[in-house]
Amino acid sequence: MSELDQATENTFPKLILHNALTRGRRPAMRHKDFGIWQSWNWAEAADFIKALAAGLAGLGARRDDKIAIIGSNRPYLYWSIAAAQSLGAVPVPIYSDSVAEEMAFVLEHAEVRFAIVEDQEQVDKILSVEARLPALAAVLYEEKRGLRDYDHKRLHALGHIVEAGRTALQDKAAKAALDRAIAQGTGQDIAVILYTSGTTGRPKGVMLTYDNLIASARIGIAFDGLSETDEIIAYLPMAWVGDHVFSYAQAILAGYCVSCPEKAETIIHDRREIGPTYVFAPPRVFENLLTLTMVRMEDAGRLKRWIFAHFLKVARRWGERILSGEKVPLTARLHYALGDVLVYAPLRNRYGLSNIKVGYTAGEAIGAEIFSYYRSIGVNLKQLYGQTEASVYITLQPDGEIKPDTVGRPAPSVDIRLAPSGEVEFNGPGVFQGYFKDPEKTAEVKTRDGYVRTGDVGFFDASGHLKIIDRAKDVGRLSQGGLFPPKYIENKLKFYPNIKEAVAFGDARDHVACFINIDQVAVGNWAERNNVAHASYQELAADPRVYDMIAKHVEEVNQALAAEPQMAGAQIARFLILPKELDADDGELTRTQKVRRSFITERYASLVKALYDGSEKGTIRTEVTFEDGRKGLLEGEVVIRDVAVTPVPRLEAAA
Amino acid sequence: MTRATGEIMLDVHNVSLRFGGVKAVTDISFDIRKGEIRAIIGPNGAGKTSMLNVINGVYHPQQGTITFKGRVRKAMQPHQAAKSGIARTFQNVALFKGMSTLDNIMSGRFLKMHRNFFWQLIHLGPARQEEIAHRRKVEEIIDFLEIQHVRKVPVGKLPYGLQKRVELGRALAMEPELLLLDEPMAGMNLEEKEDMSRFILDVNHEFGTTIALIEHDMGVVMDLSDRVVVLDYGRKIADGTPDEVKSNQNVIDAYLGVAHQEKSR
Repeated sequence: MSELDQATENTFPKLILHNALTRGRRPAMRHKDFGIWQSWNWAEAADFIKALAAGLAGLGARRDDKIAIIGSNRPYLYWSIAAAQSLGAVPVPIYSDSVAEEMAFVLEHAEVRFAIVEDQEQVDKILSVEARLPALAAVLYEEKRGLRDYDHKRLHALGHIVEAGRTALQDKAAKAALDRAIAQGTGQDIAVILYTSGTTGRPKGVMLTYDNLIASARIGIAFDGLSETDEIIAYLPMAWVGDHVFSYAQAILAGYCVSCPEKAETIIHDRREIGPTYVFAPPRVFENLLTLTMVRMEDAGRLKRWIFAHFLKVARRWGERILSGEKVPLTARLHYALGDVLVYAPLRNRYGLSNIKVGYTAGEAIGAEIFSYYRSIGVNLKQLYGQTEASVYITLQPDGEIKPDTVGRPAPSVDIRLAPSGEVEFNGPGVFQGYFKDPEKTAEVKTRDGYVRTGDVGFFDASGHLKIIDRAKDVGRLSQGGLFPPKYIENKLKFYPNIKEAVAFGDARDHVACFINIDQVAVGNWAERNNVAHASYQELAADPRVYDMIAKHVEEVNQALAAEPQMAGAQIARFLILPKELDADDGELTRTQKVRRSFITERYASLVKALYDGSEKGTIRTEVTFEDGRKGLLEGEVVIRDVAVTPVPRLEAAA
Repeated sequence: MTRATGEIMLDVHNVSLRFGGVKAVTDISFDIRKGEIRAIIGPNGAGKTSMLNVINGVYHPQQGTITFKGRVRKAMQPHQAAKSGIARTFQNVALFKGMSTLDNIMSGRFLKMHRNFFWQLIHLGPARQEEIAHRRKVEEIIDFLEIQHVRKVPVGKLPYGLQKRVELGRALAMEPELLLLDEPMAGMNLEEKEDMSRFILDVNHEFGTTIALIEHDMGVVMDLSDRVVVLDYGRKIADGTPDEVKSNQNVIDAYLGVAHQEKSR
């Protein structure tokens, strides 16, 4: 199976058939079901894909049809993507946790003709908006539970369609037709349309070709030397470009096995069982694991706490340098090795990171403390900067050049330039074709010479690493003229385990103020140990002692800001703790858990006003959406706290 | 849309139950049809739980007969009821707190295990095969109830709503024909109630299990059940579809307390 052979295959269905021939008996996918890891090799996967493709053809699926894929990470859903591609149809993965309304927009906009979904929940959502989807010909579901009494005119069990396809393939003509359809695909065809969750406005359908995805996937494979022996767990949304590249494109190209967890809640266990070598997670996941460790260590015995603290200190001193292959004295190496036996290896095992070769975090800035912690205990965690429009890779951190506050160097064969405004623009093999049915938006983002505007402001540091500050449209100015990068400030706050989310205000204002969401696990545990009684998030958030604790964090952030000449003016003067957790169901966060600033400003206008008119309390009255779509009313008063601002030396303030 | 049929599975005929001078249940008759969801409702102390206890053999009524699957039962013990296909859950969760979810549900398979203690001890050949088959069944239930994430967690550590689900799982492990649920949603929040309602409907749909449930939440009862029997002070005051029962004057009086005030005058 030389690389040359593979290089002639220019679509994923062709590559999968190639894998079935060259490494047919190696595992392609696993899924934990009924408590046992079930696995399928490449030959079985190819067989399923062909049968499903034939079944879909039997239902009338044609070239260029759009086929929605909705559900949690499951082998048959990944294979559904390949089955659609086999016919020349375009798969459109959709976030499975979107509510019916969001889903309707995408289904309607993409003119979806078929939907392949996981279960009743997704079927219900589609049926509730059926009237708006005239193009929809059929819905296929995997999990039959609860669907017995549904009208099966346009509804089919996936298993039946696969069986029908298998029967159809016994006919030589049908088999030849499918082979022809697969052979007809070229690298310039649209492979997938991925709708971006969109921090503003409606989602946009990013069209990526096979050439885009294959070229981009190869960048990552070559960069970290991935091969068929690697292991990965697929647990991030299938509609997200990262999962599409790591769990689909790269898995097919490198030939490694993708494991699907039993359920979203079991991911930590499942990760431990599989022991992936290649891991991807947003900063949130690493933060949560660390918070959990720290919370549990608080409850440990004195000796254990001492050992933990001692060896973490050793790790902080030497761990990263050992990982980066620097020169380290022998005594330090021995000390670290002892720590590895006693503390680091068990911790890595806890996190399911025992076999890790390389781990990536992206999407948001990660706290320097958190990042260094994982690296110091021997996890080769790195950052990358990417976008759907780039088929992921824009910058990567090469081994040995890891810094917590930059996102690394331009990825191989990707070119980056900075616009006069500071906005980052890139060009490379992964650059998307355009937004589906939206040439206007495409023109806004793509420059005439083929570069893509990222919408992020950044700069290169002295060593040529890119540093991202904030979204271009978010960076504002205070009324006295100081720079106001909200995300930069929020991230500094969020690095405290007690603070889960923060929203900073300050554009065209005379000072910076912010909303804070406390972390219920961390603060709840603290409350338990300190006898702070509370019955709900709301009560905990209003407790004056919690306010004291958060105020201390804010003051520390102010000190840090004061140390940076450009940021000194952006210190936080006032804050409040929101009585409810920001939630994607209420539209306050995107589905990828990013803050939707303008929406929050509007929704909590009364609180923002109170932050700036000097009052000691703000009132809140707002609707909250429960998971089932019902609405409730939240109202009450929220205390506002003033914080000490670190005085800035005069000279710098003047400058 | 339950799987109700016309066939009568359980027939309660003129049953009376007394504890000394206390009349818990007086002269009650009703039936449960195969495949239906049957609710038993009534104010506190109406005799609902006593009624369930009579059905699964905990109490033996002084008068009346109970016919299950065409056979009149005499003084049956709870384990015999279990063997004949009746499983139940309790108002106050009755699980083995120190045991895991998996083991608790596995304990529900006990009656289906045929190898004796010594075979199990050797854990070879047939005993092993048997355990694998039972584990598979238990895993199906865990999957069905969506409790994979707490498979190995001792149930005492679980939140109440999940404990209720585990208890339902243990009852399901017996593969019962008739499932008795004593206040399956007591003490739950709205979301948990909705989950539980869905599980109850799904059990009925997927396994065709006949279900008799006691419940206080009227919304739940009216949504879930095919027919409702209403008890008050140990007597049956209404029996019919949710709509019939809702508009029945006796029921309204019993719940609003009007009738009793007039009586006391």
